[in-house]
Amino acid sequence: MLKSTPNRSVSFYLMAIFFAIFIIFLYGPIAAIIVLSFQGPEGGLTFPLNGLSLKWFFELFGEQRVGDFKASFLRSMILASLVMILTVFISLSAGLAYRKKFQFSGTLFYITVASLIVPSILITLGIGLMFDRMGLESKWYTSGMGAHLTWTLPFGLLIMFAIFNRFDKVYEEAARDLGASPWQVLRYVITPIIGPSLVGVALFGFTLSFDEFARSLLAVGAQNTLPLEIFGMTTTVTTPTLYALGTLTTAVSLAIIGISFAVIVVLEKRRRRHGTDAGKGMI
Amino acid sequence: MNPKLQVLPLLAILSLFFIGPIIIIFIVSFWDYTEFSLVPDFVFTNYVELFGSKVTYSVYINTLKFAGISWAITLLIGFTVAYFLAFHVRSLRWQIVLFLVCTIPFWTSNIIRMIAWIPVLGRNGLINKTLLSLGLIENPIDWLLYSDFAVILAFVHLYTLFMVVPIFNSMMRIDRSVLEAARDAGANGFQILFHVIGPLSRPGIAIGTIFVVSLIMGDFVTVQAMSGGQSASVGVAMNHKRALLQYPAAAADAVILLIVVLTMVAILMRTVNIRKEL
Repeated sequence: MLKSTPNRSVSFYLMAIFFAIFIIFLYGPIAAIIVLSFQGPEGGLTFPLNGLSLKWFFELFGEQRVGDFKASFLRSMILASLVMILTVFISLSAGLAYRKKFQFSGTLFYITVASLIVPSILITLGIGLMFDRMGLESKWYTSGMGAHLTWTLPFGLLIMFAIFNRFDKVYEEAARDLGASPWQVLRYVITPIIGPSLVGVALFGFTLSFDEFARSLLAVGAQNTLPLEIFGMTTTVTTPTLYALGTLTTAVSLAIIGISFAVIVVLEKRRRRHGTDAGKGMI
Repeated sequence: MNPKLQVLPLLAILSLFFIGPIIIIFIVSFWDYTEFSLVPDFVFTNYVELFGSKVTYSVYINTLKFAGISWAITLLIGFTVAYFLAFHVRSLRWQIVLFLVCTIPFWTSNIIRMIAWIPVLGRNGLINKTLLSLGLIENPIDWLLYSDFAVILAFVHLYTLFMVVPIFNSMMRIDRSVLEAARDAGANGFQILFHVIGPLSRPGIAIGTIFVVSLIMGDFVTVQAMSGGQSASVGVAMNHKRALLQYPAAAADAVILLIVVLTMVAILMRTVNIRKEL
């Protein structure tokens, strides 16, 4: 049916061109800074390239000339990993709960959605004020992590809904009929089936935390996470070092995305080998 | 297992880091302040000042302008892209691949994606250089970067994805036999688009709109960075007061913004059942 369908309409070609332009719009600017981060030693912030060099990458790790890149990078990696783990477990647990009826489930759902759509500046201002009033010092791994979770958990829960909306309950019923305990059902039936989607939740948890700026601003305390550090540099750094930083950060994000997709593919294959297509979904 | 126990971690985190802070903001918005400290009190001066200042209204109008224009553009692009993916791309494999190509930037840094416009839009950027060398302009265009144009461009760049994903999701749920029926009944392509696909995509459009509008209404980073500090939004004004340590005034701002955004979202939520759409 697919390839034999005769002549595509004009609108197909027009829309394909539109789509291509959209993709260029989406990726073009990033491609520009990736190229420019290899700018020669004498080069500036714009094209053309004045030779090629790795100078701007070395600047990043060099004499701390451009802020505390290494420490903030490390902090962001640790924080994103913690947020990722918490997001997966808390979302999975809540997602399982929402398959049953319980009191105030609607209220909690709306609170979760509200946590997503409430302007970030409120969260960060509120958390900052709250810690200040309670006489606690804001830290990236306490108040900062809380701020990130208000952003990642709603995504996690929404994805869990999407997963369980497509989940065929016959498999766990079969397991239960065969005498599996609730824990065994979760461990040996549900988790393997939704495994690939859980990796998706993890991907959201990590990247959303790793790149989070607005909610971190007043919540992380004195030690900056990477996006805050980068934002500070946008006003002080006027060399391609800024682009080198962009290239590096993007490379980390792409690596995380790549790893996630690879894990998803492997899990999908394994699942298919074990011969079930339950829980098949897009996410 | 008891579902209440299972949602406890979620409830605990959201109570502590979402509901708690909102309550604090609400309380502090009635406080007084001096140059150096906050004074617990119950006064309405922050609100009186807020509503008494002309700046407030112009800032809200400016923010609504950003939101309105960006919304219209993201909707137009998002709908077209989703339509192309859902109805013109014919194999599932290619649909997934192209869909992922659209979503990957979402998982990268927004700040970097903003910075990335500098070499494109700047005075010596790609666009100005190209136009100059083509002889189309004699002097570089100044309003490409650090302007309202740049702010809206950045919003569209960052948030079109939030339209594409839910609209694509809605479109993929449309039963293809409905389209066939429309065609058999004599509808042409445009009629199918406007009378069948459009209405059936409405939940996706509503969800996308909720995202785009709430993200832009509360934004301060994009406006500050892309306008070069020359344009104001509600968030920028609030952040400015915060930087001057006028926390109660910023809190009053925040409360009003919260009411505005939640009202807008509540209206949009009436048109869609989010849980069913996932």
